[in-house]
Amino acid sequence: MILILGVFIFLLLNICIGSVGIRFSDVIGIFSGDIVNETTKRIIWDIRLPRIMAVMILGGALALAGYLLQTFFHNPIAGPFVLGISSGAKMVVALVMIFLAGRSIKITSVSLILAAFAGAILSMLTVLFMSGKVRGMSMLVVSGVMIGYICSAITDLIVNFADDSDIVNLHNWSKGSFSGMTWENVNAMMVVVAVTFIAVFMLSKPLGAFGLGEVYAKNMGVNIKRLKVEMIVLSSILSACVVAFAGPISFVGIATPHLVKKMIGTTKPILMIPACFLGGSVFCMFCDLIARNLFSPTELSISTVTAIFGVPVVLWVLVNQKKGGM
Amino acid sequence: MNYYIKTEQMNVGYGEKPVINNIDLKIKKGEIWTLIGPNGSGKSTLLKSIAKQLKPLGGTMYLDNKDLTEIKTKELSKKMSVVFTEKIKAEMMSCEDIVATGRYPYTGIFGLLSDKDHQVVDEAMKLVHVFSIRNRDFDKISDGQRQRVMLARAICQEPEIILLDEPTSFLDIKYKLEFLSILQELQHKKNLTVIMSLHELDLAQRVSDKIICLNGKCVDKIGRPQEIFKKDYITHLFDIHTGIFDEENGCAELEAVRGEAKVFVIAGGGCGRGAYRQLQRKRIPFVSGIIYKNDVDYPVAAALASEVITAEEFEPVKDEVFKTAKKRMDKCDRVICCKESFKTFEKKNEELLEYAKKTGKIIESW
Repeated sequence: MILILGVFIFLLLNICIGSVGIRFSDVIGIFSGDIVNETTKRIIWDIRLPRIMAVMILGGALALAGYLLQTFFHNPIAGPFVLGISSGAKMVVALVMIFLAGRSIKITSVSLILAAFAGAILSMLTVLFMSGKVRGMSMLVVSGVMIGYICSAITDLIVNFADDSDIVNLHNWSKGSFSGMTWENVNAMMVVVAVTFIAVFMLSKPLGAFGLGEVYAKNMGVNIKRLKVEMIVLSSILSACVVAFAGPISFVGIATPHLVKKMIGTTKPILMIPACFLGGSVFCMFCDLIARNLFSPTELSISTVTAIFGVPVVLWVLVNQKKGGM
Repeated sequence: MNYYIKTEQMNVGYGEKPVINNIDLKIKKGEIWTLIGPNGSGKSTLLKSIAKQLKPLGGTMYLDNKDLTEIKTKELSKKMSVVFTEKIKAEMMSCEDIVATGRYPYTGIFGLLSDKDHQVVDEAMKLVHVFSIRNRDFDKISDGQRQRVMLARAICQEPEIILLDEPTSFLDIKYKLEFLSILQELQHKKNLTVIMSLHELDLAQRVSDKIICLNGKCVDKIGRPQEIFKKDYITHLFDIHTGIFDEENGCAELEAVRGEAKVFVIAGGGCGRGAYRQLQRKRIPFVSGIIYKNDVDYPVAAALASEVITAEEFEPVKDEVFKTAKKRMDKCDRVICCKESFKTFEKKNEELLEYAKKTGKIIESW
């Protein structure tokens, strides 16, 4: 409940606050149809609103992806960013972007998502391969970070060989940013994320069983193999969607599930899944607000802000870890 | 004959290598079977294979006359539940939540509990006496409580068969007995079949209808408890070199102290056991007598004394036995008498005490 309220509060704050301040009454005016001022309307309708929608959707998607990965690996510090999944998606997206731009083909949302998905699955499979080889969750995270570095290095390499005009675009994006969202983007991500969210929600029962441990889940009649594939695919779609539109955003995926867990005081997936989504939305809207306004009109990279707020959470989780496991 | 579980030439193990070969089990519905055997003999492996968690490496298993490989996981989950040694991962879950996960096979797509489900959960918790801790965090209760919560979870899955891997290991003696009584109760009330592994041989002997003995290569022996719990067999199965298994009460005694005995213990009727064990703890070799062969002191004396002077049961003590006892006592400096008074058939022991006093031994009472 608090989370839903939070979503609304930050929704309004994000609309009002910006390099051009807009009064609350004007916002009401625009939504109720009274034209206040054409410029204000433009700012809200074409710039802020799509951006806010994107932040909301992608923030939720990130948190949900993080939750799925943490459940999958039974590892509280897993997330799309630390496991290198975001970077893998970024690499393939960069490749595709340069390739398409070089041939002056218009880059569509769908092609971006597909490219990111391919990259995400690629990293995911590498991480899975590593998780079969290495024991212990810290090792898993280390290998994830390594994979992330390799992918980033390759991305940098590609960028070096790209045309100047592409680079500007790519550079901004590869650090992670919500700027420049269009309604077309928002519509595409809305469809993808909504479908994935419903799919994840339908899995809440087996996910709960899986959380108890595989031995017991199997005894309860869960088809472990199928569930695992579903978890991988769904978390990859979610991370891919985020990367495709906003680039890699760090620590939202790791931190949010823990904050939400503490807040609602349960780990039941049926509550955790929607709560994580909302929590991710709020967290990202809060961070985007700061990213846009702290040094306005210059924008901070969103990852800078999410890291500042996300890392303490991760450290707190590590400190509170019960002995064993690591 | 109709068996609930039947295996034919089943081989089980991890990966490629079979741990136990050629398992032929014929288990009737409503029986309690216990797996015993040394550490690493394959008890858990066999249980996991029966639970379909491990693929058998050969042979077939039938559950209720159906090939196990053809039973869907979902169908199996309504017939079989498990309490294994794997720790359940529960974050922020109350004991009630954990028990309720047993209802999984019966709930709908979102796993919401119906009134009936809640009722079953409550009943299961009351049965194993964890109802009072139902709201406690599962991570913050004792190992013994956790084990009982796990049993409640298995019970509310409403299975026809329960598999348990060393379920009583963390329980204190009160809860060990209670735990097994609950299984017996379920066996009688619901015709539940139980297969479990136990390390406590005394309990296994009392609760089981049949015992399966594993030795790490094959099924060494299957039989009723009275056929299995023989001193020689258990010593062989567990390859015991130090100490001895006492078949009379299913307990183990530590290794006897070797050496020439300088202490003579007069005992009988159960009063000597404490003295024997204390002497063993102090590493003092001793002789004991005169004890009837059916006396409760006898098995402990046989396990711990360097020599026991025995008499034929239900007969007066023969003179030769008495003479041997006297001769043996001559070699001792100390005599411990555990008896306070002597009854009709213990006259010889009374005479023995008189003899000790006459020959100037140090007499101690126990």
